[in-house]
Amino acid sequence: MRDETVRLALPAAGDATERPISIAIVAMGGQGGGVLTDWIVQLAENHGWVAQSTSVPGVAQRTGATIYYIEAMPPLDGRKPILSLMPTPGDVDVVMAAEFMEAGRSILRGLVTPDRTTLIASNHRSFAIGEKIAPGNGIADRGAVSGAIGVAAKTEIIFDLNALAIQHGSVISAAMFGALAGAGVLPFSRESYLDVIRAGEKGAKASVGTFEAAFDRVQTKSFNDVAPAAAKPAKIAPSPVMPDADLNGLVARLKDLPEPATAMARAGLKKVVDFQDVAYGGEYLGLLGSLLAADRSAGGAGKSFAFTQAAAKYLANAMTYDDVIRVADLKTRASRRSRIEGELELSQGQVLQTTEFMHPRMEEVMGMLPAGFGRWLGARPRLLGWLDRRVNRGRRVKTYSLPWFLALYVVGGMRGMRRRSLRHAVETAHRDAWLKAATAAVGTNYQLGVEILQCHRLVKGYSDTHSRGLSKFDKTLAAIKLIERRDDAADWARRLREAALKDGPGKELDGVILTIKTFA
Amino acid sequence: MAERSFAREVEDLRLGDGDTFRGEGILAITKALLQSGVAYVGGYQGSPISHLMDVLADAKDVLDDLGVVFQSSANEAAAAAMLSASVMYPLRGAVAWKSTVGTNVASDALANLASGGVTGGTMIIVGEDYGEGSSIMQERTHAFAMKSQMWLLDPRPDHECIVNLIEKGFELSEFSNTPVMLEVRVRACHMHGSFACKDNVKPAHTIKDALNNPKRDVNRIVLPPAAYEHEQEKIKTRMPAAVGFIRDNKLNEWMGPKQGKVGIIMQGGMYNNVIRALQYLGLSDAYGNTQVPLYVMNVTYPVIDAEVAEFCVGKDAVLIVEEGQPEYLEQAINTVLRRKDLNARVHGKDVLPMGGDYTAQVLLGGVREFLEKTEPRLLGNRPPAPDAAPVLNHPAIEKLRQVVPARPPGLCTGCPERPIFAAMKLVEEELGQHHVSADIGCHLFSILPPFNIGATTMGFGLGPASTSAFNVKADKRSIAVMGDGGFWHNGLTSGIGNAVFNKHDGVFVIVDNYYTSATGGQDILSSRALNKRRNTNNSIVQAVKGIGGQWVRQLDRTYDVGKMRDTLKEALTTKEAGPKVIVASSECMLNKQRRVKPQISKAIKDGARIVKERFGVDEDVCTGDHACIRLSGCPSLSVKQLDDPLRDDPVAAIDNSCVGCGNCGEVAEAAVLCPSFYRADVIHNPTGWDKFRSKVAMAVIGWLQRRRDRRRPALEALA
Repeated sequence: MRDETVRLALPAAGDATERPISIAIVAMGGQGGGVLTDWIVQLAENHGWVAQSTSVPGVAQRTGATIYYIEAMPPLDGRKPILSLMPTPGDVDVVMAAEFMEAGRSILRGLVTPDRTTLIASNHRSFAIGEKIAPGNGIADRGAVSGAIGVAAKTEIIFDLNALAIQHGSVISAAMFGALAGAGVLPFSRESYLDVIRAGEKGAKASVGTFEAAFDRVQTKSFNDVAPAAAKPAKIAPSPVMPDADLNGLVARLKDLPEPATAMARAGLKKVVDFQDVAYGGEYLGLLGSLLAADRSAGGAGKSFAFTQAAAKYLANAMTYDDVIRVADLKTRASRRSRIEGELELSQGQVLQTTEFMHPRMEEVMGMLPAGFGRWLGARPRLLGWLDRRVNRGRRVKTYSLPWFLALYVVGGMRGMRRRSLRHAVETAHRDAWLKAATAAVGTNYQLGVEILQCHRLVKGYSDTHSRGLSKFDKTLAAIKLIERRDDAADWARRLREAALKDGPGKELDGVILTIKTFA
Repeated sequence: MAERSFAREVEDLRLGDGDTFRGEGILAITKALLQSGVAYVGGYQGSPISHLMDVLADAKDVLDDLGVVFQSSANEAAAAAMLSASVMYPLRGAVAWKSTVGTNVASDALANLASGGVTGGTMIIVGEDYGEGSSIMQERTHAFAMKSQMWLLDPRPDHECIVNLIEKGFELSEFSNTPVMLEVRVRACHMHGSFACKDNVKPAHTIKDALNNPKRDVNRIVLPPAAYEHEQEKIKTRMPAAVGFIRDNKLNEWMGPKQGKVGIIMQGGMYNNVIRALQYLGLSDAYGNTQVPLYVMNVTYPVIDAEVAEFCVGKDAVLIVEEGQPEYLEQAINTVLRRKDLNARVHGKDVLPMGGDYTAQVLLGGVREFLEKTEPRLLGNRPPAPDAAPVLNHPAIEKLRQVVPARPPGLCTGCPERPIFAAMKLVEEELGQHHVSADIGCHLFSILPPFNIGATTMGFGLGPASTSAFNVKADKRSIAVMGDGGFWHNGLTSGIGNAVFNKHDGVFVIVDNYYTSATGGQDILSSRALNKRRNTNNSIVQAVKGIGGQWVRQLDRTYDVGKMRDTLKEALTTKEAGPKVIVASSECMLNKQRRVKPQISKAIKDGARIVKERFGVDEDVCTGDHACIRLSGCPSLSVKQLDDPLRDDPVAAIDNSCVGCGNCGEVAEAAVLCPSFYRADVIHNPTGWDKFRSKVAMAVIGWLQRRRDRRRPALEALA
């Protein structure tokens, strides 16, 4: 900047500093951003203001994110203001975000600035496709948005507008309109907002209710600290069963475990007993006990028994592998039906039926057979193929028709055969090899032992998905073997596991393995 | 047209003298056409002008009263050719489309029209799909106007100004015997504003009059020697006439002080943002009261040399605000100034970016730099302009940048195209990756996650033609995808006909969803709905066979993923020669829901027995691998975190936007994924038999469940 210019007085050009009120609405398709925009325009026009709105709706329609933009200002001596068609970063009075990550995106676009912007945002999440397709947990960190809001917004009004709207039988646009009114940034009365809603024919009553609830919530400032409402668990009738002496014995044994691991072991024990029986729970605690011994001798006491904690979690998961018996059992439970009824909000006089999409293959049938017989059959590929052609096809199972339910019920009751089955033999061998590797590692490199236990997270799913997960698990353990003597082995193990959870086919994992092979 | 009604918007077309129109820009344009006394209107839908077509299609009564003919054209070339009605007859006509893509398709007919010239006023409304939110390549319509010599109007984004320019534009067209293009940018089309209406005008001369009294004049046809004469006419007669008309009628505007050391010349469409930029610099108020002289070109072609010279005389420098590249106006104005030996320096793309949106923020930077170079005193002590940079550089926001996920557009919930691409993914897993040519339409979203299918897209209906080079014997065949919209736009001949004629061995998938869905669900030849004003229900399969296709498979339920997969596999592996055409048909779910939802609600209310379907996931069966999502991408198929310390990964979950299309179940079954999906059928208003059957079954089931629960270990001890 040149010196001579700085000293000049700023010539006033009428009301040059007065600018229109600007409002940006960031929403996704189907969230009613267009309706909300029309309401605000109508509201301003009803007060004799000139209002202009713009948008690019084509993109929003199909799940993309879009911005609706409104400017409004009173005319001056009959002259209309010249209004802009796009928001200018740093010059937006109100930003309304119909989803939490979209609030974050509006901040990144510079629309939210601490000197002028009131940010009204719903903190519910609608996950983007990139967050959903990861084989692991790809959900974006909401804390980063909260942190940024604290820095960027002049005023923040953040709560679950979506839940509030659903609760009042309407859509989020009505809740946002109410929050806008409650925020008091526009010089219009509550009543004039309501006039706009009432002028619309469809769903006006539900919209008014939602508007009022959101308005009150903002006025009483009962937001910001409220976490998004969790889904209500369906009511499950307690099963009329007697306390079990053997089980009580196992529960008592939990006390032998170090404190940091007891909560996880309790959950693990519950899952294992539920999967098979009380004796299986004993087996779980037995295995956990020997892992704890290894932990202790590796100095786990100084590391809050991280190894035992991880073991309590992943051993339970490993022991409760997904087989046909488990699926049939889960599908036939009373608690399952009541959960679905709750989700569907089934009312009196409605009849519910569910259809399962099952695709059993000969592999699954073989897994249920006694181990010896299963192996015998496995060695006869032609017979196996012939059988597979009879079994392997998609089946639509009507769960609550008597014949199908009986079939599932019978399969679900076959847990007595489970321990002798081929699948159990395979799973047990796999489990023991994994535990052996972890125990061997924990003595020399404590963290590596923990990492190996955590690798069991890669094994999941059924059929094809299961084999893919299993192959990732095997690949990862083999790669760990290559570098187990390095000081940074645990780091690499973690990197391998994280890569394996990034994409379906395992390209990222293969990449990390290639890197390891360059120096291992 | 389609299932959506535009009855309310049609009412706006009836407004007359003394009424105020309030609404969208594109509707204001539609109304302006009727106020100008058009005899016929046509065009091809596409953002941002779809609304114009949709409303006119529903406005039969209004149009009939006025005697206006409306045609949904097969494509933009057909629309442009329609304007030939104004060559011989004093008929006013208008067509509309998305530009530049539509103008590309239409340019042959437009060039012929512009060469021979017109008698009646003709106007081409182009929705200039440029800048953020655009769905097409970034080019300018300006080039077409210049090369064929058609006048290009670029009005200020203000309803009053746009409407006025349409009325004047028809006069200009008639006065200079030249077609006129009116360019409106996306945001201006969707802009809410108002204007004072006039009565609609019945065309003085109607199409019927023309048909009954045919005329011809060989001098108006593009044939030698007339074609050479046309060029001279354009230069010697039509251009001067247009320049005179534009000056006399003051179509371009002067704003601000008469004198000044510097000034700004701009396209009309840039005006609002220029004013905002000046406001940030303290040089204008919110009502356009500017301290800098402005020359607003509501007509950007032709450039009125005398006006430019008049504006630049006595100025040290001018800034040209012209969005997009190349800088046609800047070049033209430089030429004017050099020829007239005027010494005002010309700034433009040196201080403003060559490409991209000219937002108020961008213009603020450009105007400030221009003034710093030429007249810094105007900037005074520089009031603080809005600036988001400090907050954007904050570490908390830098961190956020890594977190916020991209949100690419995808197929809607229940879209019938999803199972087609899921099947293609399954085939890909078995037979390897293939070369896939994509096309314009919703199905283009298959190039994005989770499908990641499709290598190129060359233009609407050109998916199949894009594989023409791949007509050799190889281990793999090419696959081309095209929608029903593209098929009727030109794909039948350019794609299928071409492949039959050249004995192409590839696979051609025609995605038939009963509408041109991507542009808003308009009816086409093969639409299944009955449309009183159009001839629908014409079979794509018959058309393909009629043009010589031999291997043709029709799938009437795309949701059958297994069958879709098998058909694709067969097409890729069969020994039969020639094109393998698969027509995969199911109704666009967006349109279907619009149609069916109210019917179902009413039926339930009336007490009819209705089965409503929805899908769900058993959360304790799901293991959180998300393979199902990678093969689907349905918006209603999401994930949720369970309150279970033993689980690391969120499980799949289906929210209540599910429409029960069945895709996820079919995919889980076809891909042998997992048994966690179920379909829940809820019978509303069940019959006595329904209730009885369910009651009996549930009594037995309940007994069995209680029996097993009694034998389970009492896990309460572990709760």
